Amino acid sequence: MDPAVVIPPQGLDDLIGILDAQGYEVLGVRETDGALELGPVTAAADLPRGRIEAAEAGSVRLVDGPRAAFFDHTLPMQGLKRVVYPAQERLYTTGPDLVAAEEPVEAPPRAILGVRPCDLAALDTLTAVFEGGPFVDTRFRQRREALLLIAVNCMRPAATCFCASMDSGPRAERGFDLAIDELIQAGRHVLVVTAGSARGQEILEQLPGEPAEEADLRAAREGSRACAEAQQRRLDEGVEGLLKRSYDHPHWAAVAERCLSCANCTLVCPTCFCGTVEDRSSLDGAEAERWRRWDSCFTLDFSYLHGGAVRGETASRYRQWITHKLAHWHDQFGRSGCVGCGRCIGWCPVGIDITAEAAALAASEGRSELSGEEI
Amino acid sequence: MKPSGEKPRLAVWKFSSCDGCQLTLLDCEDELLDIAEAVEIAYFLEATRSTRAGPYDVSLVEGSISTPHEVERIREIRRDSALLVTIGACATAGGIQALRNTLDHDALRASVYPSPQFIDALATSTPVADHVAVDFELRGCPIDKRQLLETLAALLKGRKPTIPDYSQCAECKLAGTACVMVAKGVPCLGPVTQGGCGNLCPKVGRGCYGCFGPKEGANTAALAAELAKLGADRRSIRDLFGGFTAGAPAFAEERRRHER
Repeated sequence: MDPAVVIPPQGLDDLIGILDAQGYEVLGVRETDGALELGPVTAAADLPRGRIEAAEAGSVRLVDGPRAAFFDHTLPMQGLKRVVYPAQERLYTTGPDLVAAEEPVEAPPRAILGVRPCDLAALDTLTAVFEGGPFVDTRFRQRREALLLIAVNCMRPAATCFCASMDSGPRAERGFDLAIDELIQAGRHVLVVTAGSARGQEILEQLPGEPAEEADLRAAREGSRACAEAQQRRLDEGVEGLLKRSYDHPHWAAVAERCLSCANCTLVCPTCFCGTVEDRSSLDGAEAERWRRWDSCFTLDFSYLHGGAVRGETASRYRQWITHKLAHWHDQFGRSGCVGCGRCIGWCPVGIDITAEAAALAASEGRSELSGEEI
Repeated sequence: MKPSGEKPRLAVWKFSSCDGCQLTLLDCEDELLDIAEAVEIAYFLEATRSTRAGPYDVSLVEGSISTPHEVERIREIRRDSALLVTIGACATAGGIQALRNTLDHDALRASVYPSPQFIDALATSTPVADHVAVDFELRGCPIDKRQLLETLAALLKGRKPTIPDYSQCAECKLAGTACVMVAKGVPCLGPVTQGGCGNLCPKVGRGCYGCFGPKEGANTAALAAELAKLGADRRSIRDLFGGFTAGAPAFAEERRRHER
């Protein structure tokens, strides 16, 4: 790996300028109407500088942080999923000739500024889902290949984060074009920028900066380590077996008393990939369109088979979601479906906590080492 | 659904309601000509005084059943209609006027009308499906134009309308709207309300007030508990569930739990 470069905070504007000149649409985290979302960024001033999430189960509020850091916040409400896998898209149109015309894929070159390590891991997971089998989703692939990924290593966890226990953060080891560590120490504010690809290296060489000193690299690694240690939640590796043993567990009924089956958890999850396909026709029946949109295992229609829905009860829907995510995903894709981003915890309107539910199941088996937060 | 050459006959009926849902049909400005092309508008008093006797292929019924006369009339319409589709919160849940269902009807009537003896109304306002078989329901106050067009397009071709059963939360997430409850603590019925309105309230920062009625399996008790945690008192929770779909069983039940 080529040496990292240290740039001043104003270097972010240079970076955005370089990306713009190279033809990238730059997307970054923006504060819009009380929440963080991924949106167009034209200058560093667009970033939510100094803002952090006060996140808890069922509550994600933006507040002023202790310092004027660009990246002390963590995650936009929804991750890269929206970018590579649109919430709804038209796939085909057809007319009286019954020839299906495929909708062209909108896949402009996009640079994502500030991808967190968990979201990078989630993109890798989605890629395994959409491209890993014999049938490749070419629409997903075209959008993914058009991405330039600029990671930001986390220096501060939100209370809902548990990437350290999922081995997907808080430091990005791979899968990025550039990675940034933001250091603020003793009045000195710099960004340590590392290249992770040839494209990233090319951009790095244009940035106005100095080669990074060993002290800065050490401080960056130390920041990641401290961030990992500061995480308050965790999931244990044993959760896969635990869930597979818990099919008939009475705890599912207890979760269902709180669960709204609203589908928020699945729709903010950066790896939940389920979609449904819907056909629409014009009033005269001459034109038809085929659309794909995100779906969720928390809806009744999701499990509709001939004659009725299989998962009528909320208990069976929650069990399905968490068991697929944390257990059967291993069988299907050779990894966990969870990257520990904590969105499902923060954005659940009633604050159901995947780590606490797993811990509650474990506790009932007398395995206290699987501890989430408080049960 | 008809012998070739003959257009299906569409009828639009009004019961106890504000006309807003049938107005949605007239609001289909760009598609109105297509609709007129696809069907014969046989009975639609809000659009034309010209009417044709039944039978009808599709009847759209707006409004709740709230008078003895309406009980009779909906039965006749059912007899005259191959397909009967109820449209809107009144026809599918009894409407805002279903608030009277839990009150003393005589006292209520006397408090509103100087000569209540002339008011021939039922003590309750109920959905059409309580009185006759309904083939399909479109929720909303008012209904959503796209859902109406999809329903007509589907029924005219004999397929099932694609009307999702997901929550308003799903609409927020599909649209990229931040959750007003999680991000701001705004009380919202979205998690227990069927989506379909086009994300109208949350996308302007307001909580959903449930005009599409309860979603399937609505866990109103869990939501009400969370609303209380956010600081809503019993009365405001009761009133939140007492809106345009107050008569829908899940909402009516939650409202009852918050009386007193």
